[in-house]
Amino acid sequence: MSRRIVPEAIAREPWGVLLPLFALNTFGSLVLYSAAGGHLQPWALVHTIHFLVFLAMAFVISRLPRDFFKSITYPIYATLVLLLVVVDLFGAVRGGSQRWINLGFMQLQPSELMKPGIVLALAYFFDSLPPAMTKNWRALLPAAGLIAVPTLLVMAQPDLGTGLSIAAGAGVVVFLAGLPMRWFVGAGIAGAALAPLAFFTLLHDYQRKRVLTFLNPEEDLLGTGYHITQSKIAIGSGGFWGKGFGSGSQSHLEYLPEAHTDFAFSTMVEEWGVVGGLFVIAVFLWVFRWGLNVARNAPDRFSSLLAAGMTFTVFFYMAVNMLMVMGLAPVVGIPLPWISHGGSALMTNMACIGTIMAVERWSRRGGSLSG
Amino acid sequence: MLRDQSHVSSGTLRNSFERRSFLIGGLQAGVGVLLAARLGWIALVQNEKYETASESNRVNLTLIPPRRGVILDRNNAPLASNRMEYRIDIIPERLVDPEATVSQLGRLLSLTDIELRDLTDKLEKAHGFQPLGVAEGLPAELYDKVLVRLPEMPGVVAQQGYTRWYPTGPSVGHLLGYVGPASAEDYKKEKNPLLVTPGFKIGKDGFEKFFETRLRGTPGARRVEVTATGKVVRDLEMRDDVPGKPMKLTINGPLQDYASRRLGVESGAVVVMDCESGDLLAMASMPSYDPNSFSDGIGRIEWKMLSDDDHVPLRNKVLRGLYPPGSTVKPMVALAFLEAGLDPEASVGCSGGLRVGNRVFHCWNRRGHGSVNMSKAIYQSCDVYFYHFAQQIGMDKISEMARKLGLGQQFNLPVVGQHFGTVPDPAWKLKKYDKPWAVYDTVNATIGQGYFLVNPLQQAVMAARIASGKALNPRLLFDPRAQNAPSLGIPQDHLDLVHQAMSDVVNGPGTAGRARLPVDVLMAGKTGTAQVVGLNISSGKTGPWKYRDHGHFVAFAPFDKPKYACAVVVEHGGGSAAAYPIARDVMTFLYDPAKALEVLHGMENGWGGTPQQRMATRYQAVAQQYGVSAPKPADEKEILKRGESPDETEQAPRTPVTEAAPPAPEPDSDAATPAPAAPASQEAPQ
Repeated sequence: MSRRIVPEAIAREPWGVLLPLFALNTFGSLVLYSAAGGHLQPWALVHTIHFLVFLAMAFVISRLPRDFFKSITYPIYATLVLLLVVVDLFGAVRGGSQRWINLGFMQLQPSELMKPGIVLALAYFFDSLPPAMTKNWRALLPAAGLIAVPTLLVMAQPDLGTGLSIAAGAGVVVFLAGLPMRWFVGAGIAGAALAPLAFFTLLHDYQRKRVLTFLNPEEDLLGTGYHITQSKIAIGSGGFWGKGFGSGSQSHLEYLPEAHTDFAFSTMVEEWGVVGGLFVIAVFLWVFRWGLNVARNAPDRFSSLLAAGMTFTVFFYMAVNMLMVMGLAPVVGIPLPWISHGGSALMTNMACIGTIMAVERWSRRGGSLSG
Repeated sequence: MLRDQSHVSSGTLRNSFERRSFLIGGLQAGVGVLLAARLGWIALVQNEKYETASESNRVNLTLIPPRRGVILDRNNAPLASNRMEYRIDIIPERLVDPEATVSQLGRLLSLTDIELRDLTDKLEKAHGFQPLGVAEGLPAELYDKVLVRLPEMPGVVAQQGYTRWYPTGPSVGHLLGYVGPASAEDYKKEKNPLLVTPGFKIGKDGFEKFFETRLRGTPGARRVEVTATGKVVRDLEMRDDVPGKPMKLTINGPLQDYASRRLGVESGAVVVMDCESGDLLAMASMPSYDPNSFSDGIGRIEWKMLSDDDHVPLRNKVLRGLYPPGSTVKPMVALAFLEAGLDPEASVGCSGGLRVGNRVFHCWNRRGHGSVNMSKAIYQSCDVYFYHFAQQIGMDKISEMARKLGLGQQFNLPVVGQHFGTVPDPAWKLKKYDKPWAVYDTVNATIGQGYFLVNPLQQAVMAARIASGKALNPRLLFDPRAQNAPSLGIPQDHLDLVHQAMSDVVNGPGTAGRARLPVDVLMAGKTGTAQVVGLNISSGKTGPWKYRDHGHFVAFAPFDKPKYACAVVVEHGGGSAAAYPIARDVMTFLYDPAKALEVLHGMENGWGGTPQQRMATRYQAVAQQYGVSAPKPADEKEILKRGESPDETEQAPRTPVTEAAPPAPEPDSDAATPAPAAPASQEAPQ
């Protein structure tokens, strides 16, 4: 691509990442097209339109100056917390939990947006924290509060998956912010010790059941274990090349539950085989590599924490979803970005990508602009 | 601020970030590798296992119940065929919410409370995958109504299939038996998945049970692609069923139906046999059940009707009804006398009774018959004649002739459970009761009372053998070849004499003048009235039904060139007058069906319709009276047992008979002169 032919403003965009992402999303549309029995409706077309809309949104985000980011950080955080409270109080109940606010054109899930929101808030917090304070536990209390409030609100919906997701994204930012390693080791040990206790006291019945099922899926073939078993059958029966586009019996005959959302990866592998699966994993790793590189090359602490946190947020989606569909994690309702159907998650992930793109822009201009 | 942390600067944090971001990157790459490895493990290494699982999800093998072999009458008219029907079944194992499903089905099919209760009862007893019939023979629009709701009702199967159909319903109930879903025991015995296929029926009784293996056929199979909810997406492969082999019976279908219906509201049996081939043309036993309504199992109202009925609708009286034959044995006894060398003109003066030992044995005609020779003894049914000469000839000769003519005999027929009764003789009594034979035993036996017990089939065989003089055996399976029956060795002049006397019973100065056929054929016959209880309890003519005399009639026609033999038994009919009009009309049907049907239609109007219509009326009445409070139907085994054993009144006396059994009065006592055939409707039993 010659710079003379393509205008510099366009050429400077990270096409090396955006094109694979577009390919991934188009692949997702194909999977949804097949899952709908060979129809663009109701999922494939919307999926593509969502992507284009949110890509535009990402471009807009990527143009925002760093100071603007900083200035809206806390207002955004506060708004999201407020929305979470509203959802807990008035939100639509679906599938046993309250998560959504109906915006008319789409169902907004504030807890989704809290995933990048917490990253943004913590990046700003650690940026403004004097370096010397990072080893002082008292200075970390506000950070703990920033994390605890949304996490607990989300878990109260109850939505364990998203809650953990928020906590994980936050945890990584805190980790990268340079807190003493022994705290993390200690927290890890404490967590391991408390996990059984939490399992029996904090979790809801259905959540506990999911965990038990995950540990022993064959025990409950027609109940919760059914999801995992059918997903493994879908993936396993795909083989190397898959059953062919439009020929996935597990999804088409409705053996696979949630074939277009949480288990879209299984739907895909059944038809596209290991080849399709490796393509998806490769694109994700490529995006993560780009995201961490942007973070490392970022001009300041805020930008690098922001980029790394956003990368990890996307990673957490991908990892938990794929571990789940392949039977390595309990069933939690987390979709696979760019493949699964669903506006909120796509919006969140594109917001993450847009933010990383913004960081990349800030680094390119170096210190030329005020930071 | 704090001493040991003062050296922390943005530089060190930058370094720490650098290191830790590599750690995170490593974690991400590691997870990526883990995912790829897991993917490879499932999709490549374990591919075969999951491919099999996916196929067994996708493809469903369904057995198609084979069409049962049709059962034809001698003229190839179907007695039992198969009808294409819509049916709904429940597979208990697959039900998610049994109560909700049953009540939804109840609404969709507008089942009555009784039907719902029956269904719930069946569900309670259900075993696993044993399908339960909910409805059969549904109209298309009801079926469609259920079909569209199937996704909401897992465990419910709606399908089109063949159901057994008996065009004449109750008329063939006892003859053919019925079919029904296989029981848990059946399945345990056979372990055949066909037995738990919805819509499959197994022979439960009678002919259907006896020829189960021949009639069953080979199931077809259908491989279909199904969704997780069991909805069929498309057919993959289809193998047609091989219907069971058709079976042809000797039965004359219309005659069977006529005879059954002509029995009317009585409890009894009619057997018609061909005197040349031995073919059984009709084996009617009434009251019966409608085998069509049994195929879904027996509901509580049906069970209430069956178990409360003292006419024992579940018993096939042709084979399992045992009765003292009464005077119908007299032609047989006469043949025994002739064989023993008695001069047929040897006469006895009948004054209405005969002293035997210290007791007087009465003739049914207390006024006496005057001088009686053998012919008159038969057509007037004079008891004294037989009392007198039986003592001379001895029981052994009589019982020998009885056996020769088929009494006490079990025939080689494809039926379940023949009771063969008793032909008493001194050796038998000694063995059974350890008591010596007494003179009064002979006297009782010679008029077909005492220990004598026969079934209607044996009586028909006796009539056919007397008519033909051949050792005919009854046949039920059609065979175009004639039966090469050996002669009984009875001299023709003996037979001629008895034939003439039996003709005189009907056409001469005999006891059954009103049995004369309204067609140009002369029928020969013999009446019989068998007492059930002593005269000290009941006169046998009126009073409680169960104390009334049994009415018998054996006959053949034409008397000079016998073609058809017939036996009629009417349980507690009050005497032979209940039996011979039936024999007359059944014989008439063979020569002039239209005329016979006209008579029948007139009677059925008086009885409240055909057997089906009467059963429907009764069903309504019982349902109205008891509703769901009627008791649950008994087990299948118990139901079958009801028809197995004759009840006590019909069994041989438990204690030896020591009393003389005075003969019951012949009902047509005033018919000393031949009477014209009266309109049958006047003789309709009350």
